[in-house]
Amino acid sequence: MSLIEANGLCKTYQAGDIAVKAIKEASFNIDAGSFVSFVGPSGSGKSTLLNMIGCLDSPSCGELHVASTDVTSLSQKEAAIFRGENIGFVFQDFNLIPVLSVYENVEYPLIMVQNWAAAKRREQVLELLDAVGMKEQADKLPSQLSGGQKQRVAIARALVTNAKLVLADEPTANLDSATAHRVIDLMKSMREKFDTTFIFSTHDPKIMAEAEVIYTLVDGSIENKEELAS
Amino acid sequence: MMNILKIASKNLMRYRRRTILTTMLITIGIVAVLLFISLSGSFRALMVGQITDSMLGHIQIHKKGYVASIESLPLTLNMKPAMVEKVTDYLSERDDIEAWTTRIKFGAMFSNFKETTSIRFNSIDPEMEIATSPLLPGRLIQGDREAAFVEPGKIVIPELIAKGLKVKVGDSIVIVATNREGSVNGNTFVIRGVLEGISGPGGRDGYMHVDDARNLLRMEDNEISEIAIRLKSSKNLSKIHKEMSTYFGQFINKAGKPAFDVHTWEKLSPFSNIAKMIDMLDLFIKVMLVAIVLISIMNVMLMAVYERINEIGTIAAIGTIPSRILSLFVTEGLLLGILGAFIGSVISFIVVYIMNVKTISFSFGRQENLVLQPTLDMNEVLMISMVVILVAVLASLQPAWKASRMDPIEALRHF
Repeated sequence: MSLIEANGLCKTYQAGDIAVKAIKEASFNIDAGSFVSFVGPSGSGKSTLLNMIGCLDSPSCGELHVASTDVTSLSQKEAAIFRGENIGFVFQDFNLIPVLSVYENVEYPLIMVQNWAAAKRREQVLELLDAVGMKEQADKLPSQLSGGQKQRVAIARALVTNAKLVLADEPTANLDSATAHRVIDLMKSMREKFDTTFIFSTHDPKIMAEAEVIYTLVDGSIENKEELAS
Repeated sequence: MMNILKIASKNLMRYRRRTILTTMLITIGIVAVLLFISLSGSFRALMVGQITDSMLGHIQIHKKGYVASIESLPLTLNMKPAMVEKVTDYLSERDDIEAWTTRIKFGAMFSNFKETTSIRFNSIDPEMEIATSPLLPGRLIQGDREAAFVEPGKIVIPELIAKGLKVKVGDSIVIVATNREGSVNGNTFVIRGVLEGISGPGGRDGYMHVDDARNLLRMEDNEISEIAIRLKSSKNLSKIHKEMSTYFGQFINKAGKPAFDVHTWEKLSPFSNIAKMIDMLDLFIKVMLVAIVLISIMNVMLMAVYERINEIGTIAAIGTIPSRILSLFVTEGLLLGILGAFIGSVISFIVVYIMNVKTISFSFGRQENLVLQPTLDMNEVLMISMVVILVAVLASLQPAWKASRMDPIEALRHF
């Protein structure tokens, strides 16, 4: 069953008098529980596509259904609620809240977004921290962590709301090669453990090879879809 | 809400130096306002107390038209015995009145047998007068303060006349006055005391026993120029004045107009204008405080939003709805306001306590060694604190609104 259905998706930006087509007629389906990568050089439209799937941006034309919801016409508030209930994000720069501890960073969506009860919240946060191997670092601040550890915490934060989909925009760009592979491995294992769909973008050939499905973007168009054996 | 409070307080702790500076600014503003209000209130209460307790009383009742002609002290506008009785009967029935006194006011000539000058007199029943104006004996700069204030044959004169005509306690002088029918009469009196002059109507009047005045003016009836009233609590002044005005307004004279005038001390004393100026200054200082809090909090919150654009993008991206982002920033402003208001109030109470321990005295006009006893009214402190907190929240609203409306993608790109 498809978690994401995109049909004729496009995005046009206005740069002064010039209309820049960032995404051109993209159509694709992504199944629930899959491990997908959008690849391509800088400016190929990877981030724009992920932003639209993540309801951070709306398409200029075409249809986009995520978890059976037409996300093209959501208001700012509706989009925020939808993201909070369905989507987790992993950012290139980790984007942990510096004032909060590791535990509190992971707990944050459950407080600010989903309003879980304290006991249930604690159980869920500790389970996720344990799953990403950061339980021992729960009281540390982000500034006390390495890049790889920060991304582990970010993955735990993305999964803590039981998100159906995790979007990771260049999650390994700021990590060294070994750490990058460990982070991708962790994402894979989290996919297995929580049956979550992972979509990540990258321009690193070694990292893109870890995906099961690879969409190659060139100048805003999906040029190729490649399915690899898992 | 508790979680938002927790995160907001952590954010304030994160920018500790800025939080401390902003809190200090609010604290200094609060302390300045509370101390100013405390000192000006103390000065106001002291001066008003002097005026009401040593001269005017809180409320005065006259025959209609008397106050308009008070400069000439017209005996023709005295209240007749029937009118006086109506007033005293009414006053006797009220339990919120401490005391009242009846006065005959008149102008006369004062002679020391060599020189002559004009003088204004209040002729009084000393017991009633002291009950109504308890600070009056305290104004005696010559003469026994413990003895009866005036008694038949003995008068109290103002300091200016004592100095001008070079007379002192124990000297014999002559007072000559014209009565309402125009006949002139003179009597010899002994000076029993010299009274310090104070500002305002009656502040440079002499005092004479009412029996002497009746004799001098050849009054046969119990005529009275004014009735001064002292209330048990001056806080009820407006209410009682209104009730009295309503009651005495029902009495009509032969011309079909009101027979009585009822005035508060504020209508009779020019100091009420100074008191109003003090109130205006209080208000001005409060407005300054509001401006300080508004600008400082708005500045801090704008900076906070600007510095945390990326963070705002993150929390928006993970699904935090705009109203929660707004409440997070407003809560930071609220906490700054509460912190500043609390510390400022505590410091103000301490400073006021110290000022009361270390006596503050000052001179005002010709009065010296006036002692200020500043106090802080808890209601005033609470009111000002609430205003500061409210303004802090209002000042946070614009930056918070800006944060909550931010486009997550733009915010995430910001470094």
